[in-house]
Amino acid sequence: MSATSARLTRLTNIPGSAQLAALAAVLLGNWLVFPGFFNIRMVDGRLFGSVIDVLNRGAPVVLLSLGMTLVIATGGIDLSVGAVMAISGAVAATLINAGTPLVLVVAAALGAGLLCGLWNGILVALLRIQPIVATLILMVAGRGIAQLITAGEIVTFDDRGLIALGTGALLAIPVPILIAAGTFALTTLLVRGTALGLFIEAVGANERASAYAGVSARVVKIAAYVWSGLCAAIAGIIAAADIQGADANNAGLWLELDAILAVVVGGTSLLGGRFSLPLAVAGAIIIQAMNTGILLSGLKPEFNLIVKAVVVMAVLLLQSVRRRD
Amino acid sequence: MQVPERKPLLSIEGLTKTYPGVRALDAVDLHLYAGEVHALLGENGAGKSTLIKVLTGLTGRDSGRFVLDGQEISPANVIQATALGIGTVYQEVNLLGNMSVADNLFLGRQPMRLGFVDKRRMRQQAAQIVAKYGLKIDVAAPLGQLSVAVQQIIAIARAVDLSARVLILDEPTASLDTQEVALLFDVMRQLRERGMAIVFVTHFLDQVYAISDRITVLRNGRRVAERLTRELPRIDLVQMMLGHELSETALHRHKPENEAGETLVRFEKYGKRRYMAPFDLSVRRGEIVGVAGLLGSGRTETAKLVFGIERAETGSGRGLVSIDGKPTHIRSPREAIRRGFGYCPEERKTEGIVGSLSVRENIILALQARRGWLRRMPRRQTDEIAARYIRMLDIRTPDAERAIQFLSGGNQQKALLARWLVTEPRFLILDEPTRGIDVGAHAEIIRLIERLCADGLSLLVISSELDEITAYADRVVILRDRAHVAELSGSDVTTSKIMTTIAA
Amino acid sequence: MRGSLVPLLITVGVFLAGTLACSLEFPHFASTLVLGDTLTDNAFLGVVAVGMTFVIISGGIDLSVGSVIAFTCVFLALAIQRHHVSPWLAFPAILAITAGYGAGMGALIHYFRIPPFITTLAGMFLARGLCFVLTTDSIPISHPLYQHLYLYAIDLPGRGKLSVIAMIMLAVVAVGMVIAHRTRFGANVYAMGGNRVSAEMMGVPVARTTIMIYMLSSGLAGLAGIVFSFYTSAGSSLAATGVELDTIAAVVIGGTLLSGGQGYVIGTFVGVLIQGLIQTYITFDGTLSSWWTKIAVGILLFGFIALQRGLAILSARGTRAVAA
Repeated sequence: MSATSARLTRLTNIPGSAQLAALAAVLLGNWLVFPGFFNIRMVDGRLFGSVIDVLNRGAPVVLLSLGMTLVIATGGIDLSVGAVMAISGAVAATLINAGTPLVLVVAAALGAGLLCGLWNGILVALLRIQPIVATLILMVAGRGIAQLITAGEIVTFDDRGLIALGTGALLAIPVPILIAAGTFALTTLLVRGTALGLFIEAVGANERASAYAGVSARVVKIAAYVWSGLCAAIAGIIAAADIQGADANNAGLWLELDAILAVVVGGTSLLGGRFSLPLAVAGAIIIQAMNTGILLSGLKPEFNLIVKAVVVMAVLLLQSVRRRD
Repeated sequence: MQVPERKPLLSIEGLTKTYPGVRALDAVDLHLYAGEVHALLGENGAGKSTLIKVLTGLTGRDSGRFVLDGQEISPANVIQATALGIGTVYQEVNLLGNMSVADNLFLGRQPMRLGFVDKRRMRQQAAQIVAKYGLKIDVAAPLGQLSVAVQQIIAIARAVDLSARVLILDEPTASLDTQEVALLFDVMRQLRERGMAIVFVTHFLDQVYAISDRITVLRNGRRVAERLTRELPRIDLVQMMLGHELSETALHRHKPENEAGETLVRFEKYGKRRYMAPFDLSVRRGEIVGVAGLLGSGRTETAKLVFGIERAETGSGRGLVSIDGKPTHIRSPREAIRRGFGYCPEERKTEGIVGSLSVRENIILALQARRGWLRRMPRRQTDEIAARYIRMLDIRTPDAERAIQFLSGGNQQKALLARWLVTEPRFLILDEPTRGIDVGAHAEIIRLIERLCADGLSLLVISSELDEITAYADRVVILRDRAHVAELSGSDVTTSKIMTTIAA
Repeated sequence: MRGSLVPLLITVGVFLAGTLACSLEFPHFASTLVLGDTLTDNAFLGVVAVGMTFVIISGGIDLSVGSVIAFTCVFLALAIQRHHVSPWLAFPAILAITAGYGAGMGALIHYFRIPPFITTLAGMFLARGLCFVLTTDSIPISHPLYQHLYLYAIDLPGRGKLSVIAMIMLAVVAVGMVIAHRTRFGANVYAMGGNRVSAEMMGVPVARTTIMIYMLSSGLAGLAGIVFSFYTSAGSSLAATGVELDTIAAVVIGGTLLSGGQGYVIGTFVGVLIQGLIQTYITFDGTLSSWWTKIAVGILLFGFIALQRGLAILSARGTRAVAA
């Protein structure tokens, strides 16, 4: 083996090299179809440009993928995040119109997400229902609950504070990007600053051995689902603030799939075990960059779904082939 | 009495099978005769299950041949083996509990009428089959609702009905009670009279002598002997299985009773129905208590009860635990760990290591779990701990961040020991600590066990290596048929004494 | 199958109790009119749920069915309306396409060991994406066949009518029952759901069966698409969103074990009727809003899943007690 190829092998063995290469390729592709892709302008004290747009629009999926990563790492799945987004958006919109202070509105919306996560966690960890099935219940009923809260209407609001969470800018950076970055930092602190991350990986990789070493799988799993619910609630607030209304039918529709896709692209195995938050975020940004690229290239946005399907199958086929080797 | 020059129905000749690093079968011969029950015996790792896997086409072989009725055969999968007339019934019945008895008997070969399954005829035929085995059951009932013994018999009936001439019964009696065993034996006798050749794998010696005509003993992948049952005394059989002569050579230093420390932990009437008969067990400070018995005698079951993985039955004086004389309870591994226990399981890969995590993470896992998730040990501290124990126990790994699944068995075992040592335990349970470990590491682990004991740690060591047990144990508990049957101490701790007690 | 009958009996009990309660509250409820309408409104759901029953009994899941229905509708609208293809040519064509689509997913699931839920999730994306690529409009279908379909409805005693699509659904249910209980394929599906490894060792052709299961599910989704296009006389790429969830709910409420191995096609049919009952109740009530359907279905789903867990735990205890 030549020195160069050896170095190349070593390089591809670094975790995340594949994701970073994919991200670079997608960004390069976007730049080729749209030379102005990397241009960033400042308008009214806010950054504008395609790259900023990718990050801004990608914020909800980034948020969902943070919680989803933890859930998948325990060997589970959370199909309810889209519905939880709808619930939290509905809670926020209805409360703000009732004149509730913004802080309480946000707290209530987050609390709703937390409860949803707790429900999922209890079904999975205590009642030992398979995760797909357990979270399916909330996926089905969640949108009904959201509609119950909004009385079946699209509740619009004009509270500037709440709207700012979806469309505002701070220090020239759009608020959703800041919220996503902040949640990423907080999640990283939660799992890597404590031993939770280690416990999640241990339970996901070998639940029995972990139990014999004294790790409580119940607590770990419930924590993961609660965090997933919380992240979904944050994403729901942003999505509602973005359109200045809560649409129980469409808020977060199919985003659970994007989040799962982001985690898979980020290299976390669907079987559980080792996980990487930065790579899941990279996966989410790759997906959003592809979406934007398709738009910029003049193709119909409808191609998005096809591209996503092809990408997720390609990644899984690759993993499947590698597993066999 | 044996007819001279009787030809075996199936001969296995020179069968060799290697897995990476292990020679599972080494030129093994076996001869099965029609109308005989042939017991296949051996401890864990002797090669019984590999032999069955190769014979039924579940896995390949390196060399050797099978001759069935004069024809050389080479089944590539279970279906082919079945077609050739080799039927297998496993301990965990591999039928379908969700389907009816009739469905199970006729899956894939249902009687058809006008292109559809003729359910009525299928039930009639199924009823005829089960009647032949003396079963009075509803063939439309789901198999899962029947007792394990009946399920075993249905599995046998299916195999026989698929024109089996050779029937392999892999530990069929492991979870049966006495009556059920009798039922199964009736069926086996009936089949033997019909000229079937039956391979019977079991670890119950009583059953071997009750039903088998011929015995093959395997040890470490080699055939130790093939004898007629009536010509092989029980004590000789145990010696063959455990690989020892009765002569006693080694001298061991056992602590005299008065030198031993205070009782650290005491279990009274500790047991669980259908799992392990209640036993009394106490371990003193700085004492090594060995646990000996044949496979299936309740060795691992004892460990799992003591460590709280299986909950002992309590109430009316049963299931009592005391530590340092104070009554307490152990209802989960977490509680056991909090009381200063540690457990290195026999199934290292599935119950011990967390394969994809690093050596460092595996070493600190139990200590971190005891501290709780909020009090994370700083990275520098865990690095230091890992480095210290890697050095101290001489764990051979390129670095502490290597995923533990890539280490050899011996180094994985040492890392597991390290996992418990960092928790500074008072009482360690080691289940087959030297299983599947190469000779060099073997000796190291023994030395380590002795050193730990010298440091005042109490140990409960389960091992099928009697040499080892007699070398370090102060006392030995003997198990048979899921019960503690005897305890040897002082100068009684010898391999011969252990073996005669096991064989009694 | 005494054990597995319990969920089915509960399903039937829930349906009867619900019908009784509705009849007491609304005098006109118990009529052939309501019955005929319920069957017609839920015909496509009934068709696709039969396929899903097989998938779930085998231990799998198929999330792509809603998208496949939508694709079928769009395909038919384009073929019949825009390109003037005879429906009698378009129907077999789309059935072949959808069955092939399912076969492809089944092959991926079996040969590459990719979990069914993620494979069919990708299949859901792909089919929905293909819909959008074909057209984003809603295209009405005005072919004579579509306009005159109601002429073939059968009058029921009373004011009710049994529409053609309701008849298709009933036929699919009947055929589904025969396949499940009277063919080797049906037995193999139950066997795989019971224990895949055992099934394989007992000679079940696992690869072929897996592919056929998903072929059946997608093919029936195609048929459900045809039914749906009759029902709406249009093809829209937004059609049938969320139908996969309604379908899974119908199957589970119908007493099929989500972990596989147990279930009845007839139970699924009752599950569909229960969902229809809820919708009808909400329509009759007039003050309740449609989202209550989702919540009620969610509650039923939870109830049945909890029941399944409970029964599983009980039967595990029971076996141990018997053994002891």
